[in-house]
Amino acid sequence: MKKIEAVIQPFKLDDVREALKGIGIDGMTIYDVRGHGRQKGHKEVYRGQEYEVDLLPKVKLEAIVPNDRVDETVNAIVESARTGKIGDGKVFISDVGTAIRIRNSERDDEAL
Amino acid sequence: MRKSIIFSLTLLAMLGMPALAAAQDGIDTGDNAWILTSSALVLLMTGPGLALFYGGLVRKKNILGTMMQSFAMMALMTMLWALYGYSLSFAGGNAFIGGLDHLFLAGVGTEPNGTIPHLTFMVFQLMFAIITPALITGAFAERMKFSAMLVFMALWATVVYFPMVHMVWGGGFLSGDGVIPTLDFAGGTVVHISSGVSALVVAMYLGKRKGYPSETMRPHNLALAFIGACLLWVGWFGFNAGSALAADGLAAAAFVNTHFAASAAVVGWLVVEWLRDGKPSILGGITGAVAGLVAVTPASGFVGPMDSIIIGLVAGMVCYYFVAVLKAKLGYDDSLDAFGVHGIGGTVGALLTGVFAREAVGGAPGLLESNAMQFVNNGLGALLTWALAAVATIIILKIVDAIIGVRVSDTDEITGLDLTQHGEEAYQL
Repeated sequence: MKKIEAVIQPFKLDDVREALKGIGIDGMTIYDVRGHGRQKGHKEVYRGQEYEVDLLPKVKLEAIVPNDRVDETVNAIVESARTGKIGDGKVFISDVGTAIRIRNSERDDEAL
Repeated sequence: MRKSIIFSLTLLAMLGMPALAAAQDGIDTGDNAWILTSSALVLLMTGPGLALFYGGLVRKKNILGTMMQSFAMMALMTMLWALYGYSLSFAGGNAFIGGLDHLFLAGVGTEPNGTIPHLTFMVFQLMFAIITPALITGAFAERMKFSAMLVFMALWATVVYFPMVHMVWGGGFLSGDGVIPTLDFAGGTVVHISSGVSALVVAMYLGKRKGYPSETMRPHNLALAFIGACLLWVGWFGFNAGSALAADGLAAAAFVNTHFAASAAVVGWLVVEWLRDGKPSILGGITGAVAGLVAVTPASGFVGPMDSIIIGLVAGMVCYYFVAVLKAKLGYDDSLDAFGVHGIGGTVGALLTGVFAREAVGGAPGLLESNAMQFVNNGLGALLTWALAAVATIIILKIVDAIIGVRVSDTDEITGLDLTQHGEEAYQL
């Protein structure tokens, strides 16, 4: 099993969910997050005082998938979240040891 | 038997009616209705108006503490006003302060005072005594102890506000018959210069907020501030047009002037901001509106509508310069710009009232009608208000600081006023 974490533009969330649904990935967790990579922040001015705002709102999507589904999942996310502009986000993939469904204690791939 | 009792009661009532009418003689019901309405409008300026305006501008850990500072004035000033404040403001007295004839509101009943009941006059003026100290809270936002704030405000009202009211409106030496007749229709000196200058002194005495100006201290909810400012605008019709103390042509003039100056000041502020900072902001627009409302306050019953537009434009631009440019250079932390808007806007208004006053509107000519003395008198009135507010505020602060300390501890300031002063949080997230 792998954990796929994708930090994406908030307005791309619906497109990504549609794409994942299209390939049969139903389980995911979504977070509202703030952060920045290479994308520069912006300037805000309040009564003449300037503030640099470099933590920008993003959405983080987390999905755990069986090893044989990693590539198509990542492709779906990358294709649907892309605008081609700076700030589109990143995808991280890591190993997951065990998964357990709380309702009936099914384990690992069964539990996904 | 029963019938005859009813008959006699009816007869008594009929006989009593002319007597009742006689007691109301001299009272104009239209005037009374408008001033009671205006009183409610002026209260609306403090809560929710000012509380939302200031509350939206602070960081989210301080919104309740900030709102409570305004709200507490609604309770505290009402008590003081009823016990002795009204008397020290309007009961006879000398050139500087009123007498004790109306202590505990003695002699203040439904009898006419002008064309309205004395009680109506008293309660209308009370609403001004509530908002004036509340305006100061913008300068020391996010760092003053609630207890110290209460004591400070009680002393400030007693030493600065009540005497100011008496001097300008209660027959003192700055009023129409006084040595230096200052034209102040609704409170340019009494309300805005006094509170604005005191605000600057408190901000300087307390020192900067921790982390100012290097840390980000953006307003946490501009939508709340927007609602508050718009409520201030609406309430200001009661403040200025109500100050005619009648539902007459003068009230209409003040109403129109108030609205025109506010609109013009929005234009003035936004034009300068757009040119200098690149974007016209909501915060700029609403701050400009308040600056215009402040500046037209002393002028509203003395000038024409076109004069008000000029006053508003000037106030919007000058206050922008003070708040956005000069404040950073001077280095004081007037957190929500109580001085930049009320002190400066009030001074601009006091001076321009002396310039634009028209005999045809309020019965007093100004500089443009070849009465330079009025300009001088208004300048002197403003100067004296600056002096009284500054000196008295320093003394009061020293006293309160010595007794209970004026500033919250560093850890309380970091945690926020909501939790440390009131044990509550506004946002459960």
